Amino acid sequence: MTTDTAYIRDEFVPERPAPGRAGGPIMWLRANLFATPSDAILTVLGVIFLLWAVPPIYNFIIGHAVFPGGTVEDCRAEGAGACWAYIYARFNFFIYGFYPIDQYWRPNIVFILGAALILPLLIPTAPFKRINAVLFFLVFPVFGFFLLSGGVFGLSYVPTEQWGGLLVTLIISLVGIICSIPLGILLALGRQSDLPVIKTLCVMFIELWRAMPLITVLFMASIMLPLFMPTGTNVDKLLRALVGVTLFASAYLAEVVRGGLQALPRGQYEAGASLGLSYWKRTYFIILPQAIKHVIPGIVNNFIALFKDTSLVSIVGIFDLLNTVQAASSDIEWASPTQAVTGYVFAAFMFWIFCFAMSRYSLWMERRLDTGHKR
Amino acid sequence: MQKMLVTFAAAASLGLVATAAQAATLDDVKAKDYIQCGVTGGVAGFSAPDANNVWAGLEVDFCRAVAAAVFNDAGKVRYTPLTSQERFAALSAGEIDILSRTTTWTMSRDTDLGISFIGTMYYDGQGFMVRKADEIASALDLSGAAICIESGTTTELNAADYFAANSLEFNTVVFVDQDEVVKAYEDGRCDVYTTDASALAAERSKFAVPGDHIILPEIISKEPLGPVVRQGDDQWFKINRWVYFALLEAEELGVTSANVDEMLGSDNPAIKRLLGVEGDFGAPIGLTKDWAYQIIKLVGNYGEAFERNVGPSTDIGLERGLNALWTNGGLQYAPPIR
Repeated sequence: MTTDTAYIRDEFVPERPAPGRAGGPIMWLRANLFATPSDAILTVLGVIFLLWAVPPIYNFIIGHAVFPGGTVEDCRAEGAGACWAYIYARFNFFIYGFYPIDQYWRPNIVFILGAALILPLLIPTAPFKRINAVLFFLVFPVFGFFLLSGGVFGLSYVPTEQWGGLLVTLIISLVGIICSIPLGILLALGRQSDLPVIKTLCVMFIELWRAMPLITVLFMASIMLPLFMPTGTNVDKLLRALVGVTLFASAYLAEVVRGGLQALPRGQYEAGASLGLSYWKRTYFIILPQAIKHVIPGIVNNFIALFKDTSLVSIVGIFDLLNTVQAASSDIEWASPTQAVTGYVFAAFMFWIFCFAMSRYSLWMERRLDTGHKR
Repeated sequence: MQKMLVTFAAAASLGLVATAAQAATLDDVKAKDYIQCGVTGGVAGFSAPDANNVWAGLEVDFCRAVAAAVFNDAGKVRYTPLTSQERFAALSAGEIDILSRTTTWTMSRDTDLGISFIGTMYYDGQGFMVRKADEIASALDLSGAAICIESGTTTELNAADYFAANSLEFNTVVFVDQDEVVKAYEDGRCDVYTTDASALAAERSKFAVPGDHIILPEIISKEPLGPVVRQGDDQWFKINRWVYFALLEAEELGVTSANVDEMLGSDNPAIKRLLGVEGDFGAPIGLTKDWAYQIIKLVGNYGEAFERNVGPSTDIGLERGLNALWTNGGLQYAPPIR
């Protein structure tokens, strides 16, 4: 009798390591770094470059650096690296500028409150979005301004010339970013408009501001404007810079948003109209949500550029982060050969933290909003 | 009343001739209760934020002295850091009341820009720094020495003129940036580093061993640095000028912030006049009788301010040199208060 029983294996084949020639670190190296002769040459050159570049940088930033607790004599010593002790000693100046020392709690409250309001706003699942938005965009700026400048509720008056450091950098970039969004969107819509007057005005505005470098705008705002105005009328210098930066940023943002508007198929506009929606409802519910989603990378790009551009206000004598670093580098008590360089490394690092955070957040947001457009 | 009328007339004419209408700065300053002082973005010893983030320096002390004279309170000053491009526009536009920002007094600035120089707070000039080990004692020994210099500056032209005038061999190593110049000198690529003497001293303090370098006694250019006010307000100009003179006069008479109260009882008529014990010299310029007393009490005399900010005991370590009083062989000289 023949049996039809098929052979059934009742145990797994024991696992074995991959053949030596197909895996392991050596194969990985061969596949990724030495696949071809030209790859090999590039790898070797790359390693040589790293060996040449990394140790001095490491030695400067960590190896031979003078950390907090060190003295200025350590920083002046032959071959000393970055003088972090100096950054530590002048840290308050880089954060608050000339803000009176006994009033530091005021900017601190503004920092903490700002962070506490903006974080839930950035997390999509957090509740109370509407209240949160109202608090952050309307209540917080007013509250923050009065808390910082004082002169009311028994707070001592602190003129804006005394604001400085990271505080001013954040104020300028936040105001610039927040105010330029609605302004930029309105300008973009206006430029697409069928109404000739609105369209012409928007085109003129955008082209005027885009045609001027930010430095020129700031110079005009800080030097020329006072000459035009009657003696005695004094518009705050920081406010002038804020207005300049905001208008400049909104012109750029308008063009980015216009790109998104043009990317939408005509059918979307027509579909909205055929449902009987008014212009504003159509724009708000159908057009903008799609258009903005398309241009998130461009918008964030603009914001990062704006954040870094705020350092230009130093040329009109506003003490932003970069300018405080520059001013402190003439501090004779910490005079050392690496003083200026250390300051610049610190400023670069601070800027990097904020810009990197913005760029990661936008990447994440893009993926979250990516509903069926991935190609 | 008359002043009010003048102010009113000036205010009324603003719309027509905005530039010609200069309301009295003293009245403006008193109304807003502080003096707006234009300073640098940070030049050690002259105007720079100190360890407590407060503006300090020789030129800052001038603004404080004016505030002391006007308000009896040296703290009633607000500072506007200005770049060298915007400093004169800021003054003309009335954004600041005094410009005290390492500004060199030249004829064209004094006559073209609608501004008036008060006096010379610091006589600066171009100097030479060499290594002590080279045993050079005078700039006349520098023939053929490699000189580190910043290109395209008056520094370069001044040095070329000086070497030609003294028939020395001129041998430069030129850089675009001040930091590069200092680095090159430090690395030994040249024997001499030249720029304004005050900057030489400040840079020297950053070296690993400042004592290894000396600044030669020769000063080869004139850079008188002084405070500036808007042209057309004689009262404000005179207040500022006499604040400057009072600082000098006090040093000459030996009145310091420490002994000013004792000096009130002095028999010396010059001191009596300075401190307002005898006569009233404040009223004609719109100040109180004890205006100079307040300056000396709150800020000190010129010598004290110099010593505190840039003098030999500070890290900058500048000698008085040309900035000594005329009685000590320097150039600082004040007309008598009488």
